[in-house]
Amino acid sequence: MPGLPGGGVMALLSADHISVRFAGAEALQDVTMRLDPGEIVTIVGPNGSGKSTLIRALLGIVPVSEGRVQRMAGLRIGYVPQRLMLDRSLPITVRRFLSLPVRVSDAAATAALARVGLPGLEGAQMVGLSGGQMQRVLLARALLANPQVLVLDEPTQGLDQPGEASFYRLIEEVRKETGAAVLMVSHDLHVVMAASDRVICLNGHVCCQGTPHVVSSAPEYRALFGLGTQGALALYQHVHDHDHGDAPGHGHAQDHDHGHKHGQKHGPAHV
Amino acid sequence: MFDDFLVRAVLAGVGLSLATGPLGSFVVWRRMAYFGDATSHAAILGVALALATDLPVVIGTMVVALAMAVTVATLAAKGWAMDTTLGVLAHAALAFGLVAVSFVPGVRTDLSAWLFGDILAVSQMDLALVWGGALVVVCLLVWRWQGLLTATLNEDLAHASGLNPDRERLILTIALAIVVAVAIKVVGALLIAAMLIVPAAAARGLSRNPEGMAVMATLIGAASAVGGLGLSLWQDTPAGPSIIVVASLIFAASTAFGRRMKH
Repeated sequence: MPGLPGGGVMALLSADHISVRFAGAEALQDVTMRLDPGEIVTIVGPNGSGKSTLIRALLGIVPVSEGRVQRMAGLRIGYVPQRLMLDRSLPITVRRFLSLPVRVSDAAATAALARVGLPGLEGAQMVGLSGGQMQRVLLARALLANPQVLVLDEPTQGLDQPGEASFYRLIEEVRKETGAAVLMVSHDLHVVMAASDRVICLNGHVCCQGTPHVVSSAPEYRALFGLGTQGALALYQHVHDHDHGDAPGHGHAQDHDHGHKHGQKHGPAHV
Repeated sequence: MFDDFLVRAVLAGVGLSLATGPLGSFVVWRRMAYFGDATSHAAILGVALALATDLPVVIGTMVVALAMAVTVATLAAKGWAMDTTLGVLAHAALAFGLVAVSFVPGVRTDLSAWLFGDILAVSQMDLALVWGGALVVVCLLVWRWQGLLTATLNEDLAHASGLNPDRERLILTIALAIVVAVAIKVVGALLIAAMLIVPAAAARGLSRNPEGMAVMATLIGAASAVGGLGLSLWQDTPAGPSIIVVASLIFAASTAFGRRMKH
């Protein structure tokens, strides 16, 4: 695998030339990627580029039509979904939710809630949580599985800028403490990219992948996200250095959907 | 003591509540109310087939209810518009059942027993079926409880934890078919879905956790059965509908109480 790191190590998760079809249309074509122990890998791409589909294929939720997905035997996955749609008809406290599907001790639940910055929230009803609290509870539940890999699918949707920045800081801290690999999906480049060891730029297929700096200067990436992305990366570093995540010059990320027609000529090896 | 028809009726109602409490909670949580309707209405067709072929009624109703439940689940998985599909299937099943029953000689006259139940005529054999079926359903739900609950909250979460949401759905489908088959004698095909939904809905406002709601729904169902039988004896009203009337009154009271608690 030229261009992919960790060739000799056993990957936690890997996709080998996978394609996924929904109702005849191809959501993903010929995607190859891997996640090694301890890495933070971010998948970026415009809406509809198959980011969530790739995550779901790696987790075995959607079947692949071609290629092969491999998960290390006995891999413990901590999954944080995009959002949890809770029906009001289902009463459930935070404490009870943390025990799904594996029952955990009160001490473990208390520690997990404290770790994500929500001490003493055990008795709260899940439906009454704010967006930020909900994401942190989902992360606490994922951590209780003692995961080797955390999988986060746009975990900060609906959070404001400071909330988003502090959520990503929490993810980095957790990675340092537990050594878990992190695979996350994002479309907000400016917050995520610099924190990643590797970025995979996706638009139905892998446009390019590599370190954040390599990807953000790759022509394929610029064709997809426009030329303002260097600024976006700088903005993240700004957010990261200080604690208040103001977001000036946010507009450049908006023309995500303009044509991206360079087809399959380049693959993962391009970087 | 099983000689007394009233004792048998109370025991049948309480036994049924054991299954409808937790199963009804899942029906409410998963928004399967119409699903329950379609399945229970299909039971009338099962009655007709059983009587025409000399099979036990419980077998006929269970087979047809299961077939209907699997059909509905399959169509839902294929992305059919469920509101319309279930509306069509629920009423078609009932209409086909009623037409089919009219071909079976001698049944026409006591059709209301299958539609509205005949809990006061429950035999010892019926009672054994109700309790046997209810215990099977309770065991299924307790065995799969954590997985069922996870899959109900979020199917992707269940997948990522190594569970199979399709299998959990199948367990609920089978449990529903069993309940329909044993409940038709107690409350009748038209009101089985009510026995599932009304006590669970009444329990919602009084519960903080899923297990609490399931137990509360069972208690409310049992109280409704006892209260409904009392109403039936006292005012000579039909027993099955009386049970649902009492359950609905408890629902109204618990909703009002729940609102007051919030203010």
